[in-house]
Amino acid sequence: MSNYALILIIVAYLAFLFFLAYWAERKHRGRLVNNPYIYVLSLAVYCTAWTYYGSVGVASKSGISFLAIYLGPVIAMPLWIVLMRKIIRISKQHKISSIADFISMRYGNNRPLGALVTLTCLLAIIPYISLQLKAVSETFAIVSRGDSYTAMGIFDDSTFYIALLIAIFVAFFGTQSTDASLGKRGIMATVALESLLKLVFFLAIGVFVVYFIFNGTTDVYESALLTKNFEKLTSLGGLEDGFNWMFTILLSFFAIFLLPRQFHVAVVENQNIYHLKKAIWLFPLYLLIFNVFVIFIAWAGNIRLTATVNHDYYSLLLPIQEGNSFLALLVFMGGFSAVISMIVVSTLALSTMVSNNIIIPYGFIKKLVEGNPEENAKNIKNIRRIAIFLLIIVAYFFYILYSNQLSLFSIGLISFVIISQLAPSFFLGLFWRRGTAKAAKAGMAVGLLVVMYTLLLPIIVNVVSPQTQLTSSNVFGFWWLQPSQVFGVDYLTPESNAFLWSISFNTLAFVGLSLMAKGNYRERNYAEMFVHNENYENLQEGAFVWKGEAYVADIRRLLNRFLGETRTERALTIFNRKYNISEQEEKADARLINFSEKLLTGSIGSASAKILLASVSKEKPISLVEVLHILEESKETKATNKLLLEKSEELSQMASQLQSANQELLFQDKQKDEFLDTVAHELKTPITSIKAASEVLEDDEMPPELRKQFLMNISKDTDRLGKLIHNILDLEKLSSSRTELKIRNGKINKTVKKAINGIERIAAQRKIHVVFEESDYLEGMYDEDRILQVLTNLLSNSLKFTEEEKGIITIVLEEKEQEIAVVVEDNGRGIPEEDHSYIFEKFYQSKNQNIKKPQGSGFGLAICKQIVESHSGSIWADKNVPNGARLVFTIPKTT
Amino acid sequence: MSKKILIVDDEPNIVMSLEYAFKKKEFEVFIARDGTEALEIAGNELPNIILLDIMMPKMDGYETLKQIRKNKNLDKTKVVFLSAKNKMADVEKGMQLGADSYVTKPFSVKKVITDIEEMIA
Repeated sequence: MSNYALILIIVAYLAFLFFLAYWAERKHRGRLVNNPYIYVLSLAVYCTAWTYYGSVGVASKSGISFLAIYLGPVIAMPLWIVLMRKIIRISKQHKISSIADFISMRYGNNRPLGALVTLTCLLAIIPYISLQLKAVSETFAIVSRGDSYTAMGIFDDSTFYIALLIAIFVAFFGTQSTDASLGKRGIMATVALESLLKLVFFLAIGVFVVYFIFNGTTDVYESALLTKNFEKLTSLGGLEDGFNWMFTILLSFFAIFLLPRQFHVAVVENQNIYHLKKAIWLFPLYLLIFNVFVIFIAWAGNIRLTATVNHDYYSLLLPIQEGNSFLALLVFMGGFSAVISMIVVSTLALSTMVSNNIIIPYGFIKKLVEGNPEENAKNIKNIRRIAIFLLIIVAYFFYILYSNQLSLFSIGLISFVIISQLAPSFFLGLFWRRGTAKAAKAGMAVGLLVVMYTLLLPIIVNVVSPQTQLTSSNVFGFWWLQPSQVFGVDYLTPESNAFLWSISFNTLAFVGLSLMAKGNYRERNYAEMFVHNENYENLQEGAFVWKGEAYVADIRRLLNRFLGETRTERALTIFNRKYNISEQEEKADARLINFSEKLLTGSIGSASAKILLASVSKEKPISLVEVLHILEESKETKATNKLLLEKSEELSQMASQLQSANQELLFQDKQKDEFLDTVAHELKTPITSIKAASEVLEDDEMPPELRKQFLMNISKDTDRLGKLIHNILDLEKLSSSRTELKIRNGKINKTVKKAINGIERIAAQRKIHVVFEESDYLEGMYDEDRILQVLTNLLSNSLKFTEEEKGIITIVLEEKEQEIAVVVEDNGRGIPEEDHSYIFEKFYQSKNQNIKKPQGSGFGLAICKQIVESHSGSIWADKNVPNGARLVFTIPKTT
Repeated sequence: MSKKILIVDDEPNIVMSLEYAFKKKEFEVFIARDGTEALEIAGNELPNIILLDIMMPKMDGYETLKQIRKNKNLDKTKVVFLSAKNKMADVEKGMQLGADSYVTKPFSVKKVITDIEEMIA
């Protein structure tokens, strides 16, 4: 096929992708764009040209060890339902847009840490992108020439243009919004399609090789039996090889979480947490299907092709050799799809990281603070666009300069080893609150140094001067310092060796330093929010502890710069409504700080958001005690547990309080019902009497004296009714404290005398003695009318309950420290013991509801109690009297 | 022979009206102010009708009715409660104890008389 035709096809394909992305971006709410299958297929960005071509190469040389790289993800997937759910929840909650943001936020929006993570990712991914470009270039050569693929010179340019086209694509669709945490549906749609194409085309070549070149899998196997080294290709090595397997599986396990492009598709682009449910079985299935034919293609290549060709490209060379150039084209397009999806998502993720974690926080922030919203949005987008182009161009030149020496497989593994340096701070940070920013930085740095020494140094030395044999000599005279055989462990592959030592030292440094010193309160706060995110999900903005001074106006101005006035206004309105905060509120609280930080994080990254908010607020360090209060109680006890425990105790206390309050209310309710019954009964009696009398009076023959008697009865009953109503109203007024007391200094002696005067006539009629031991000097503070009412009430009760002629009522005044006690005692029938505590209740009724109490006792004592209590005194019935009743009340003494 | 009626209530004014009305209808009227008194008079006079209040001093109306029903001589005596207690539970309790009727206060004297005349007709 001519290279022009091929370029035409590539351009047409890219144009189609542009169109698809454009369409998906516009239909971003539709079901076609928003479904779990798109999510699963976009995860398959994991399968790059390395999978597409490299696996076959490895399989042809060293058998099934290529599978290890897929076993990690397969093992990881079931864990996703717990682990990834947590990661996604945290990310959505904090508007996280990349793995660098995730890690730096976990350690308290640490700016250098975010930068370090970004650098690590760049180090890992740029060579990886180069290799993808290399694959495009080499496969392009194979397909367009058909006969030779070794000469490459003139095709470099086409690769360069392809790279540029990809950069334009990413720059266009990847920067539609300044908020990087928002999904890029257009790009994800194309990635999903590419994942589908690469699978279908790879299966096509598999079927072609197995069923058209050979007669089924058995035929391939039997023919392969005859090739040399076949034994080695189909068996696992011993224990030593087992270690290599284990490390590679672990590496890929980490990679599926940590690779920037995987984090991007799995976390940032996750539209619905329930899509995970499909992913955990569908994605492993995808990987399985992808790998079904690898080994057969490898064997077939070993049989059919000369040993001098590049084993990586068996899947292209086989159809070409068979003269099927159309199939070769399909395979090329599949590989090309794998390449672009990888480059697109990787550069998208990396450019966000570079702009939000390096360029903006380390240089641009000042400019952004001064700019207006349109300019800022433009600037942020432009920073990302430039980053995208730079990344691809750097990758391109790296490819031109260095990548000839390495295979797809090995550069892929190196990139995995580098990226795995994020693992300790990422995974431990999710579950261990102690991890600190310092320790994370140190661990990462140590790990990277070890990788450089054990893995990159030998490669670089080899490139610079191939004759130096670093691997076989002692370094600085120490045998155990040999880069590829540290401590004399000599059976590991270079990558496994580098991985083992780098991750060990990394973890050691991370854990050690974290244990040695605690992080500052901010780090601990974020640690708490990440580790126990389920506790804080509902707290949202409230989960962040912040103390300081900031003005809403300043924050509003700051948000305006980045979001524009309409969006800021809308966001703040929502915030105010959510927390019921007045629009006029001048001072900002922790929730607003946190809310604003989140709003800005999407656009400029968490570290910059923190710096910006710090610029408009005076943050005060929170005292250790306060932080301890919220985050941890002691080294041993987990703060949240403790807090929750306290809260739940508090709650159960409140519950029991509520319960008793409820019981009290029920009791009062019951009393009220009884009171109403009593009132009704009391009212009905005179009404019945009046009604009956008036009916009887209709009789014209009634003698005049009787008629007069009936009319008198009616009059008396009316009076009784009036008095009753007056009492009820009086009680009601007193108990709702609507009556004002006229408290004055007065001689209690005089008041008592007045009361006695009032009842003297009735007492004389019933021949009852009233004795008063006068104490002339006592003065109290009271409302005389009201106290007179109390005295009259008590005296008339005594009159009622004492027998005619024998009755004696005694009144005594006693001086207490701060009050005067008035004692009214009689020798009547007394108060039943069971009723002692109830007689003053306003709804009092004797226990046996159907036995009538002596008339008038219904409300009198309740009214007395109200009056005395409104004088801050108390009233009670003395239980320790042999016979009769002894009622006592107190009033304040004049001081 | 005139019918005997026993009025049991501690409210003299109510009793007075009832007494006048029943005498007018040529009943022989007896009066008791509480349960104990009522039992005594009922035992001696064997009235055809007893009008019984519930809320009374000493012995309440329910208890009085129980005692009345124990007396075989009073088998034919009709007992009518006259009470201000107008809850369903109170009425049911009265009827279960063997009352023949339950009139709630305030009542119409004329209505009480017609009802009672029907009852003993």
